[in-house]
Amino acid sequence: MNFKHKFVFLFPGLFVLIGILIFPIIFTIRLSFSGWNSYTPEMNFIGITNYIRLFTDDPRFWESFFRLSFLSVTTVVLQYIIGFSLALMVWRDIKFKRFFRVMFLIPMMTTPVIMTVIWRTFFHESLGPVNDLLGTFGIGPKWLSDPATAKITVIIVEVWQWTPFMFLLLLAGLLSLPKEPFLAAAIDGASAFRKFVFVTFPLMAPISIGAIIIRLIEASKIMDTVFVLTSGGPGTATETSSFYIYIKGLREFQMGYAATLSFTYLVIMIISLTIIAKVLTKLMIKE
Amino acid sequence: MKTIKTCVTALISALLVFSPVAYADKWSDQFPHIKATGDIPGECSYESMSKKDYSGKTLKINTHAVPVMGEPTALHAEQFAKLTGAKVDVTHTPAGDLYAKAMVPFQAGQAPYDIVFGFSNFINDWKRYLEPVPKKYTEMRQMKDVTKSHIGVASWDGVMYQFPVDGDRHYLKYRKDVIDNPEYQKKYKADTGKELRVPRTWKEYGEIASYFNGWDWDGDGEPEYGSAEVMKKDDLMYAAFFSRSVAYSKNPRTPGGFFFDLNTMKPLINNPGFVEALTDWVEATKYVPPGGINFGLGDEIGSFGGGQTLFSFSWDDALIAAMQDDSPIKNKVAAAPLPGADRVWNRMTNRWENQYNQAPYIVWGWAVGVAKKSKVKEMAFDYLCFFANDANHQADLAIGRFGVNPFKKSDFDPNIYIDTMGWDPEIAKSYTDTLLEMEEKSKNRVFPLRVPGVFEFTSAVATGTSKALAGQLSPQEALDEVAKEWEAILNRVGKDNVKAAYAVGVAMEDNKL
Repeated sequence: MNFKHKFVFLFPGLFVLIGILIFPIIFTIRLSFSGWNSYTPEMNFIGITNYIRLFTDDPRFWESFFRLSFLSVTTVVLQYIIGFSLALMVWRDIKFKRFFRVMFLIPMMTTPVIMTVIWRTFFHESLGPVNDLLGTFGIGPKWLSDPATAKITVIIVEVWQWTPFMFLLLLAGLLSLPKEPFLAAAIDGASAFRKFVFVTFPLMAPISIGAIIIRLIEASKIMDTVFVLTSGGPGTATETSSFYIYIKGLREFQMGYAATLSFTYLVIMIISLTIIAKVLTKLMIKE
Repeated sequence: MKTIKTCVTALISALLVFSPVAYADKWSDQFPHIKATGDIPGECSYESMSKKDYSGKTLKINTHAVPVMGEPTALHAEQFAKLTGAKVDVTHTPAGDLYAKAMVPFQAGQAPYDIVFGFSNFINDWKRYLEPVPKKYTEMRQMKDVTKSHIGVASWDGVMYQFPVDGDRHYLKYRKDVIDNPEYQKKYKADTGKELRVPRTWKEYGEIASYFNGWDWDGDGEPEYGSAEVMKKDDLMYAAFFSRSVAYSKNPRTPGGFFFDLNTMKPLINNPGFVEALTDWVEATKYVPPGGINFGLGDEIGSFGGGQTLFSFSWDDALIAAMQDDSPIKNKVAAAPLPGADRVWNRMTNRWENQYNQAPYIVWGWAVGVAKKSKVKEMAFDYLCFFANDANHQADLAIGRFGVNPFKKSDFDPNIYIDTMGWDPEIAKSYTDTLLEMEEKSKNRVFPLRVPGVFEFTSAVATGTSKALAGQLSPQEALDEVAKEWEAILNRVGKDNVKAAYAVGVAMEDNKL
């Protein structure tokens, strides 16, 4: 079999890759250099005008990016802590282990948009059951109408929805750990705390990093929760980059500029996630 | 005596036989939707459509999600298919995507849909892709019945591009059982020294709403609130802001633009009139229900329609919801013109004029057009004409969730609402009088902005005003930010392009069209 024959076998995969990954990216880059919008319906070439606008005259995009960073880091850290705790709990021999394993996965199996609508109903400040219940204690937080609490509400919904994903990955990691280090620790008389700090956590570091990065990528695209819960409000308090790009692209129909935002955002995410992965590896994996 | 008895018996028998089905005809038997009126003769009546044969042809429609406008579209599509033999495919799309779903194929030179539903303020961007409504339809009796305002809304520079199927405007809705209650009138007078009445100004609206905020004034065991308003960012809230602004900023003595000064194209959005309106609106966050700052249109309809608030203002839907048979407040609400103001800004003298001003806001609403590239244009127009025929229209008006509201002169007859919907005559009269006054009589109307890049302008308003409502910026700072953004948009779109389009709207506002 010569080289050309081998190449033929690569074609189907290559075509799919070009079709679903390379072409959209190249198209987006090209679009980002155009002024396509509702009144200029063509892929004209306007040079770097859109990029100049983004870097010199669009503080709202950067504000939404920093807000997104805060929301995604906070939610992923909380998901990691809660997910790890739950995984540790059902890793041990406890009663109804199987029941708990399935129950903890339920939020992830529900449709995010539908669940967010239900959460919005829960947190509805005058008609929702949460404030109805809290009202008996004389409190009624402004879940969706105060800039600070609205962020907390988004975090609660995101953590509820995606902690099971973290739980699933970390449980799979725990179940695949070798038994010997734990036996050695037990023979040495290590306490449960020391076993976790010096055995379980270091052994789980590679899978933890993977889980955190996967979740950070997903969390940085947060859109449906914000769209349904708050529409980015009150004011711009919960507006994230993806929601802002959606507004520019599909509400205002500034397709060229939205492509500029998307491509810039992609580059920033690739760079920051690479840095985060390296930092996490350095912090969590000791040679 | 026997003769009299026979006559009476015959009369009673005739009444018994004919009265319950006074309007019953062969069409209402087949189509129960029009059972209240039966088929009403006309160019696009059931009878007329049944004579058309569109067998083997397919009509594709993109409309809104169910129920608002989506449900009547689907219902009339089914009826149309049954009558004409056509195949009708209806696609339902969320409101926020209606524009893009039509615009992307339009710009790519395709027509995946023969009929596209959207909002009337899409007209400037869509008109080059839409087929003007043929003379045959614009000159028919059904069209002659459409109000002047809504002919204007559906047309661009005298050419009709959108087929009128719905009419929209913002007006005040209030709880009649509270405002007209002598006990509350006495109590209000004793507590505030003022008369309790339908508010004439936004300040009065705020005072009354604040007074009736947070306590159980209807005795249902739950607290009620002052006002339900569309305040959720990007969810039509800019229209609510304009409704509050017209009284302060639409000065009948300064023609030539409400949103911009038509001569210079300077944005007027941050003038003291708009700032005063936004200041009032920020104050309103204190008398809306808890979470009211996050109310979209659906929440507003549910809140007022469900009896939670004293006032509301926006589209018809909240009033229709309140007047439906299953509503706890049926016949306890009424309509009135939007409140006015005791002073109005004069942008020419840069001073306040201390005199009462009121201006109706003929807000944008549902609109529908036929794609220029459609291969079944005649069938498409026939469908739209059938959608809005008198029998369908009157039946649609009675169903709040359909989102179909009055736009024909004949709709302003209170008897329609009394006879077919069981409205109290006084309420029906308040409703039709309010609408008729806005549509046909007022000379100080404001029409929606319909210029290239309209969504950029309105999105900027939504962002700025929502920052003020959330306390992130003061009203003046927020509107200065909007004005700056509007200048930037003007530069991107081209001042001349916007000016040319805006002039058409200004001509309507200045009663020149």
